[in-house]
Amino acid sequence: MTDTAPILALDNVSKVFNRGGSTVHAARAVSFALHPGRTLALVGESGSGKTTAARLIMREYRPDQGRLLFRGEPIEGSAVRDMKAYRSAVQMVFQDPFSSLNPVHTIRYHLERPMRLHQPSLKGAARDAAIAEVLTRVKLDPALILPKYPHELSGGQRQRISIARALAVNPEVIIADEPTSMLDVSVRLGILNLLNDMKRQLKLAVLYITHDIATARYVAEDIMVMYAGQIVEWGETESVLGNPQHPYTRLLLSAVPDPDRRFGDTRFSDELDRIDLIRRQSALEQPEVREIGPNHFIRPMPV
Amino acid sequence: MNDPVLSIRNLSIDYIGATTDFHAVKNVSFDIGKGEFFGLAGESGCGKSTIAFAISRLHRPPALIRTGSQILLDGRDVLTLDDQALKQLRWREVAMVFQSAMNSLNPVLSIERQFYDVLKTHTGMSRLSARARAAELLKLVDIPADRLSAYPHQLSGGMRQRVVIAICLALNPKLLIMDEPTTALDVVVQREILERIHKLRQELGFSVLFITHDLALMVQVSDRIGIMLEGELVEVNDAQAIYRTPQHGYTRKLWASIPRLTGKPIAEVTP
Repeated sequence: MTDTAPILALDNVSKVFNRGGSTVHAARAVSFALHPGRTLALVGESGSGKTTAARLIMREYRPDQGRLLFRGEPIEGSAVRDMKAYRSAVQMVFQDPFSSLNPVHTIRYHLERPMRLHQPSLKGAARDAAIAEVLTRVKLDPALILPKYPHELSGGQRQRISIARALAVNPEVIIADEPTSMLDVSVRLGILNLLNDMKRQLKLAVLYITHDIATARYVAEDIMVMYAGQIVEWGETESVLGNPQHPYTRLLLSAVPDPDRRFGDTRFSDELDRIDLIRRQSALEQPEVREIGPNHFIRPMPV
Repeated sequence: MNDPVLSIRNLSIDYIGATTDFHAVKNVSFDIGKGEFFGLAGESGCGKSTIAFAISRLHRPPALIRTGSQILLDGRDVLTLDDQALKQLRWREVAMVFQSAMNSLNPVLSIERQFYDVLKTHTGMSRLSARARAAELLKLVDIPADRLSAYPHQLSGGMRQRVVIAICLALNPKLLIMDEPTTALDVVVQREILERIHKLRQELGFSVLFITHDLALMVQVSDRIGIMLEGELVEVNDAQAIYRTPQHGYTRKLWASIPRLTGKPIAEVTP
């Protein structure tokens, strides 16, 4: 994949939720690794387990099985001090820019607080300079933005603040969970470009979670397709999207809006005619892994 | 166009403020033909939902429709109707699916009751015949009739959205307005629902006003498309022309901001 060692990895992680007698496999033997300077996209429909993967990384959930590795070391049982280092190294950008900022605080507060917590040595003018720097990075004017409250900003501006807040603690890993799905198309591209710039300039490792595969193609070198808690196909983005092998990946791709495929055009209806069957079979456990090309794998459906 | 179902003429809508008015819709005119699938695209705040609400007169103050505006439905001006006539118009001639329609079902009523509510109010139908009609309508949207006794929380988001569509079709409306009907759903479910609408309008012959910001989806399903920018309708054309030969600079810029799944990730802008 790459020469660099992964900064963060999930190793065979499983997470099961029991609710009202039924069992939901939110993560089933999930393994992936994040590398500095690369974006890994995690795509799938709602309920496929994408956000569970993010929460496992953010330590909101503990895995039932498997390990979370940070710089090659298991994070489970780490000392409190190490956990704090982990928290400042791994930051999250949320989906909803309208609810992820506190309405009663100014933008200055939102950026100052992570710095106070994670870089207590940074004070006064030096901290102000650091705040101005992250805002400039996300292409906002510090003088204009700092005294404002979240409601005074547009959705795109707020999402830039969310990214600035994540960058304020000098992270190495960014977990972005659907960061553009609530934004207008014209604003969306600016945020995607920003994520691409950050990755290149700061050598960040990014996990980009989305249901919009076209945007995943725009930002990610590698991609994973998830369904019912399992990663059914993964590899280099162009290889997976150009030559999809798992029936679920093909179904997902055939449903992506494409102006070149009119509705009712039967040439493309193969997977769309078998939606229920593909869903049912893809939800079964698929333990086998098959390599179908250089850095391109699938878990074949049971026959 | 011969005999349009909906004909909007010089529609202007302002939101009245304390000091200044916000011009949400500026002198917009367009037609939707019988059986036509018409798409209205634009960014949030461009006025597309305001138009949708105005067509069934669901707009509320501070929205004000300026004099000189006309909304002709089968030749009748909706803006001149009294309350009784409006009641006759809604559901029967125009039905509307809202963006979060799946959350607009009453959580404490069974699906059957929600159908009965509409059918009884508008046609005085008995409980028994309403049940039969509801079963028939659910079948149209691929939901088995035994789900009639289910409550909204027992259905998935996609199923709830299909239930709302089925209720909208209950009185055979001439025009179905869908305001971002699938935005909260994922692509496979979105495709299933729109595929279903696409077939139903061919079978039943209603017209559709489809509002979305997803231009690629709109081209796939619409016959004609209108592009809105800051309250103005800047371009109206056949769906294929909007895609292949967009005339307005804004339409071209919209295309250039949408990452693509195949070919170049981003289209080039030709100024």
